[in-house]
Amino acid sequence: MNPPVATPFFFYMLAAVMIIGGILVITRKNAVHSALALITTLLAQAGLYLMLYAPFVAGVQIILYAGGIMVLFLFVIMLISIERNLKERQFNKQWLIGIVAAAALGGLFITVYTTTTKGRVLFPEAGLSYGESDNTQRIASLLFDLHSGTYMFAFEIASLLLLVAIIGAVVMAKKRI
Amino acid sequence: MHEFIQYILSYLDSDRTPGGAGNIFWATVYILLVFVGLSVAVICMNWLERKILAHMQVRLGPMRVGPHGLLQPIADAIKLLLKEDIIPAEADAIVFWIAPFIVVLAAFTVFVVVPFGPTHAITDMNIGILFMLGVSSLSVLGIVTAGWASNSHYPLIGALRSSAQMVSYEVAMGLAVVSAIMMTSLGSEGGTLSMIGIVQAQQAQGVWFIFKFFPLGLIAFGIFAIAMVAETNRAPFDLPEAESELTAGFHTEYSGFRWSLFFLAEYSAMIAVSSIAVTLWLGGWLRPFPNTLTGPTWELVFSLIPGITFLFLAGMCFYSTARMPKHPLFRIQTIGLAGFGVALAAIGLILFIQGVRVRIVDIFWFSAKVAGFMYLYIWYRGTFPRYRFDQLMKVGWKILLPTGLTLLILTAVVGMRTELWAQVQEVLHR
Repeated sequence: MNPPVATPFFFYMLAAVMIIGGILVITRKNAVHSALALITTLLAQAGLYLMLYAPFVAGVQIILYAGGIMVLFLFVIMLISIERNLKERQFNKQWLIGIVAAAALGGLFITVYTTTTKGRVLFPEAGLSYGESDNTQRIASLLFDLHSGTYMFAFEIASLLLLVAIIGAVVMAKKRI
Repeated sequence: MHEFIQYILSYLDSDRTPGGAGNIFWATVYILLVFVGLSVAVICMNWLERKILAHMQVRLGPMRVGPHGLLQPIADAIKLLLKEDIIPAEADAIVFWIAPFIVVLAAFTVFVVVPFGPTHAITDMNIGILFMLGVSSLSVLGIVTAGWASNSHYPLIGALRSSAQMVSYEVAMGLAVVSAIMMTSLGSEGGTLSMIGIVQAQQAQGVWFIFKFFPLGLIAFGIFAIAMVAETNRAPFDLPEAESELTAGFHTEYSGFRWSLFFLAEYSAMIAVSSIAVTLWLGGWLRPFPNTLTGPTWELVFSLIPGITFLFLAGMCFYSTARMPKHPLFRIQTIGLAGFGVALAAIGLILFIQGVRVRIVDIFWFSAKVAGFMYLYIWYRGTFPRYRFDQLMKVGWKILLPTGLTLLILTAVVGMRTELWAQVQEVLHR
């Protein structure tokens, strides 16, 4: 196993890209620009997954979000007239609640990160035991293995939920089935 | 300095990819080699496509620049680089500017995991095939943004078509790929997504996956072969740039250097998806019959083929040289063609050297298989008329998707049966 190369540099770079992308998503008036910024954020997030030795999750993130869902987003956005959107005043009446919620979430993160209860650290350094070289196999056995498949039920229920959504979309879109 | 040389030499004994061994120097060398090799391949493809297509239509194709138009791609490249780079006034300048780079980045990044040989890959990832599918699916973003940013009707329609088409065919493509990945899990090794691992599984099982569980592997390969043409927006699925309906589709407003980036990306994406097909179904770098025709004699025979191929090409060049018109005006062209033949012959002779021969042979077989796919691409373009859009969607969703799903289930059933049968045999023999 090779030692990781320039880990802090890549972490801060990806984190900065994510934060800037996230800010751009909500500040751009042009919806297509927002969507592109969101794609950048999602790709940087995939990079963070890679840094956490979870290449499978990173690959799925790229395929599903950046390559699949965002393309459909763009497909819809492109059909909207952008010119009218640009002239409209953007409004938001929940900024006060938004700030409180964001501050609360940030405070939670900071407390969790700094708390040590009775000498027990919340995030032990050696908590991660999954190797990069067999990440896919580990995830597969967590999901589907007869003995260690802890998450099989949750996984199947989630896929059932998606199936319901698909059927609902078809029912709503089609007049005659 | 001495340590640096030690560092460089230390990799040469390793039997891993430069990325796997963590050697930055050789990884950089491999990246440069792949980049240069790809660019040369794209240039060759440009010439070959025009020539082959011309001969299919009983034309001569480019004949003026260089002997038999050999220098035509270079002339084209110079023209493209010197052309004025126009950004339409009403276009979204930033997105217009970024779009070609997204396409090129996506098309070139996938080559990080393409296995040209057991050690001849930039790196080997645990998620190799997933990485290739994911990153190559990003190229649709570039096409869509290019079409939208042009702020013009034809590009927008091209972009809409391409997003619908690529998302639809990705589904069928994924199903075919999963069926091949399931085949890797048979036997003792256990399944893998790594590109090198997939080829090694084919070697261990002694069969290319196209012939595995006949005809299941063949059908999966067929689905992938159709879907990959649609993914790369090539004829007969070239609706995003259908020139008879949309001028040039999503890149109508592009010119000069930016247009050439789209061109480069299209061809390297074609090579990339062909590499996926070769790796998954055609045994990657494996030569024909690696398990039956063994022994030093066969090894020698098969390792001589790369050199013989180049000598044959050189022979063709010399034959054409002899057939050149004997007019003083054609003297330079004749000399040029003869020189080209000499260069090919020199490459062929270099490939006969023992040290080179052993290292190059897997790269040769991989490239030869990919070249076969490249020829198929040209052949399709010369043969099939373009699909109408509703026909395209029908093929994708109503034919390829159900076939792919059925195939997936059948492969699982047959694979399980094989595994169980092997276990029963084991128990009986005990």
